[in-house]
Amino acid sequence: MQLYLPIAELSVNALVLFGLGGIVGVLSGMFGVGGGFIITPLLFFMGIPPAVAVATGANLVVASSVSGVLAQLKRKAVDFRMGLVLLAGGLAGSALGIWVFAWLTTLGQIDLFVQLSYVLFLGLIGAMMFKESLGALMRARKPNAPIRRAHVHYSVHKLPLKVKFRASGLYISVIPPLMAGAAVGFLSAIMGVGGGFIMVPAMIYLLGMPTKVVVGTSLFQVLFVTAFTTVMHAVTSQTVDMVLALLLILGGVVGAQIGSRIGLMLRAEQLRILLALMVLAVCLRIALGLLLTPDELYSIAPGRFP
Amino acid sequence: MKLRALLCLVAMSLPLQAADDPVGTGETIVAGLSQNLVAITANFTGSEILIYGAVRREAPIPSGAPLQVIATVQGPSGPLTVRRKERRFGIWMNVDSVTIGRAPSFYAIASSAPLSEALSATEDLRHQITIPSAIRAVGTAAEAADAPVFLDALIRIRKENHDYSLAESSVNLLQSTLFRADVALPANLVEGEYKVRLFITRDGHVVDKHEEIITVNKDGFERWIHNLAHEQPLVYGLLSLVLAVAAGWGASVAFGLLRR
Repeated sequence: MQLYLPIAELSVNALVLFGLGGIVGVLSGMFGVGGGFIITPLLFFMGIPPAVAVATGANLVVASSVSGVLAQLKRKAVDFRMGLVLLAGGLAGSALGIWVFAWLTTLGQIDLFVQLSYVLFLGLIGAMMFKESLGALMRARKPNAPIRRAHVHYSVHKLPLKVKFRASGLYISVIPPLMAGAAVGFLSAIMGVGGGFIMVPAMIYLLGMPTKVVVGTSLFQVLFVTAFTTVMHAVTSQTVDMVLALLLILGGVVGAQIGSRIGLMLRAEQLRILLALMVLAVCLRIALGLLLTPDELYSIAPGRFP
Repeated sequence: MKLRALLCLVAMSLPLQAADDPVGTGETIVAGLSQNLVAITANFTGSEILIYGAVRREAPIPSGAPLQVIATVQGPSGPLTVRRKERRFGIWMNVDSVTIGRAPSFYAIASSAPLSEALSATEDLRHQITIPSAIRAVGTAAEAADAPVFLDALIRIRKENHDYSLAESSVNLLQSTLFRADVALPANLVEGEYKVRLFITRDGHVVDKHEEIITVNKDGFERWIHNLAHEQPLVYGLLSLVLAVAAGWGASVAFGLLRR
């Protein structure tokens, strides 16, 4: 069933998109990730213009994080004060990201920059997760192995502007969460991702937040940052394709429910190893695209650039 | 057979008075299109345009070189940037670029004989008929030493995408009088006015030309979305957001009910 996308201005198979949304939904249900970091590269591979893929990817993450936030709110697992600080940083980062995106588009380097960002972050996060979950699997086999301390005082705890985050049980400076939020907001605008895959490790390892509020607070921040990013992309570059987003969302919500069932059947360490392998596979695929000689060296962009 | 009947109808409906004739063989074009309007709707997968017509003449068919027909369909034109990747630090990235002043988004040529026979180089320059002459690429030499390579790449890529096409000897010409040409418009059409030009030539010289316009518009839902996105981007952005939130929330409620 061919469908013409009004903003991407090309005709695609609607069922393929629905299926793609479904697969990403399954993954996000299984692993509790937004799935933006998988869907955006997949859209590149399908021939959707990168600008449209990134903007629409952000819109997609809004949909998938809404249901997540609702579930976390019920469990009272959202630290609102921390969420707002992260959000303030996130909005600033997103605005900067939108500006950089437009600037690199005129230079003709946006594809390269987006791909490099993906290779760098997916490679880093994937490797970290893989190492960590492999260690967890080993520890599970050897019950006598030493357990790491839950809360370590790093140098970030010496910075000024300290605030009490009661839900997280933290008394730390607002500077690190602001910076972390800004970094994730920037990546959200550039890569079309929610940034949960960076936010969650940052919250645990950098801010030392307790695991029970990490996912909810991260989703809360991701929801508002991607919402802001979507509107900004729509206003500055008119690249949000509503029809494309809706198809992917429909597939995604169905897939997410299936994924969460599958997720219940697997052990947490196994899940994390699987996710790490998948992240590394996407990273490798994009890296190959940069390293191997492309079939077509030339590309055409409409418009006149300086 | 259907074609012959159609063309006979055209031939019979020819007006009687003589028109002005630039070269002087007394031959002029009468032509029509199967449609003047292409609507891009949600299930648009491309469109086929039939260009049909006849050569009207007051005198008997002149002897000498045979009559040839060339038809072109040209989409909206605009400036383009062509970039070339090179390996830098082990990574393939865009390095050199050339700006093309004006290039049509779509260009199709059909002719009744190979263009080298049907058209002389001077007439091509005057009427901008072949693909390279339909693209205006003046002053590109200043941007890169090998600017023509970029122009070739542009044509090659667009040909692969079926945006540009050259179908020599595809025009059906009967007894130097009746002709038809079929041009396929792809699914990824740009909106705007598509100029259809018809030329009849003898010995490479244009005897007469004729122009028609096809309007390509998004229609219905597609048009509404596209207009909203460009005319009221804030409203469009917020609407996308509302849809996403509604879908996400609706799904979690619906599956919550199912689970109970």
